[in-house]
Amino acid sequence: MIKMAEDVKDEQKMQSAEPSAAENDSAGPQDMSAKIQGTVGRPFVDDAKIKMRGVNVFYGEKQAVFAVDLDIKENEVISMIGPSGCGKSTFLRCINRMNDTIDICRVEGSIQLDGMDIYESKLDVVPLRARVGMVFQKPNPFPKSIYDNVAYGPKIHGLVSRKSDLDEVVESSLRRAGLWDEVKDRLDSPGTGLSGGQQQRLCIARTIAVSPEVILMDEPCSALDPIATAKIEELIAELSENFTIAIVTHSMQQAARVSHRTAYFHLGNLVEVNETDKVFTNPDHDLTEAYITGRFG
Amino acid sequence: MVIFDETKTGDKSEMDKMHLDQHISQQFNDDLEQLREHLLAMGGIVEGQVEDAVRAIETADTGLAEKVLQVEEQVDREEIELDEECTAILVRRQPAASDLRLVLMVTKANRDLERIGDEANKIAKMAIAISDQGGTSPRGYVELRHIAKSVQKMVAMSLDAFARFDVYEAFKVVQADRQVDQEYRSAMRELMTYMMEDPRSISRVMNIIWALRALERIGDHARNISEHVIYLVRGMDVRHTSLQEIEQKLEQK
Repeated sequence: MIKMAEDVKDEQKMQSAEPSAAENDSAGPQDMSAKIQGTVGRPFVDDAKIKMRGVNVFYGEKQAVFAVDLDIKENEVISMIGPSGCGKSTFLRCINRMNDTIDICRVEGSIQLDGMDIYESKLDVVPLRARVGMVFQKPNPFPKSIYDNVAYGPKIHGLVSRKSDLDEVVESSLRRAGLWDEVKDRLDSPGTGLSGGQQQRLCIARTIAVSPEVILMDEPCSALDPIATAKIEELIAELSENFTIAIVTHSMQQAARVSHRTAYFHLGNLVEVNETDKVFTNPDHDLTEAYITGRFG
Repeated sequence: MVIFDETKTGDKSEMDKMHLDQHISQQFNDDLEQLREHLLAMGGIVEGQVEDAVRAIETADTGLAEKVLQVEEQVDREEIELDEECTAILVRRQPAASDLRLVLMVTKANRDLERIGDEANKIAKMAIAISDQGGTSPRGYVELRHIAKSVQKMVAMSLDAFARFDVYEAFKVVQADRQVDQEYRSAMRELMTYMMEDPRSISRVMNIIWALRALERIGDHARNISEHVIYLVRGMDVRHTSLQEIEQKLEQK
């Protein structure tokens, strides 16, 4: 697998040598796109919770992610930023095999969760997705009551047997998602009747109800107002005490606020991974600099 | 004599690297460019202040000294305006990376420039005091003139380093400051002996000493500005760092 990744890297170098017409529009980055050679900064950590090596993702013939090597540490918040179409969401979705749902999507390389290969052919993705939960861009509560939205996961995964235990899981999940006080008197009303920010927190409560180890967030705040966004960000900081969080965001300020490390993707390449403070004051790569300072979009 | 190594200058690519004019937002480009020009303009005023103050003391020209005191008010206004511009950019743009470093650098350099203006003011006041005491005296003037020349060059070079984003030019200023500090100490010893030889000269020599002290402080501020330039261009903090270490760091990238 890894060896194949090397081949792809060569291929990719050839590709980047001839920039597409779209890239020609902006003079600066186009010169620099030839400069991507591996990842700069600190993509690796000593005790990785998630270890990804030589990850390539293809949609049919088209390659979307090129030979990404990255470690994610336990209880770390890592943010992934980059222009639209840079492969950051695609890459995030590899971590709980969400891309399996797309027929033409093919993932190569190795992704290990606590040393276990998650792309092992015999592996059941349902328990995997319980361990690696996901929160999406648009809040997507089930068309059920608030209570059932949170209780659904623990029930189908058989995590609780008694009603009282289930009540407890629902309450603690809603509390950790910072939603309990707002909904405790109307647990039977439909989840879809909540405001956008509340719905998103409900989705987070639903995710943490099954006690995952990792939470993937794909632009969790892009549909929310600043107050709701602030609440979610506050929540991310609290959740990071117990969970490992990978967040894809279009808001660079959000990445700067919530994450410990920041990964910058460009044209499917992982260009730079560094401590967030470093990325936003003195990034190692010119492309990162150009993106976060708004020199191209 | 302060030796400036003229052979080394920043490479072109580094100067271009700041890309002040390449934002998607043209307004942002303009804001940053204006900030840069404004700091340089303020630098120009302060540079002139130092020059006038030094000439006023050398020639016991009270008229010129008065002019320095008047310009001070303008410098104070510029300082406040520049800070307001920085605040506006922080509020509106949330700058990152080199843009952020530029704004941070300007707020700091702004303060240093204003302080240089203050020190020039002190020199001008000494010029008036010396003139009141009965004109020029050759005692201590050699030292004063010598250090003044070095310090003025340092101020000019630090502004130049900022204008061109040239870390090597900035480093030369840091180097020069060490030498000025040494010269200041030896000048002090010299002036001390003058006072011991002729106690009647004490008050006059003291005025020279205050002026020397102000010049030495101006050198420190020029060094600070240069250190900010290195931070701006390379993102590394070289305050309280030995010359050797700075040189090594500069060579690394």
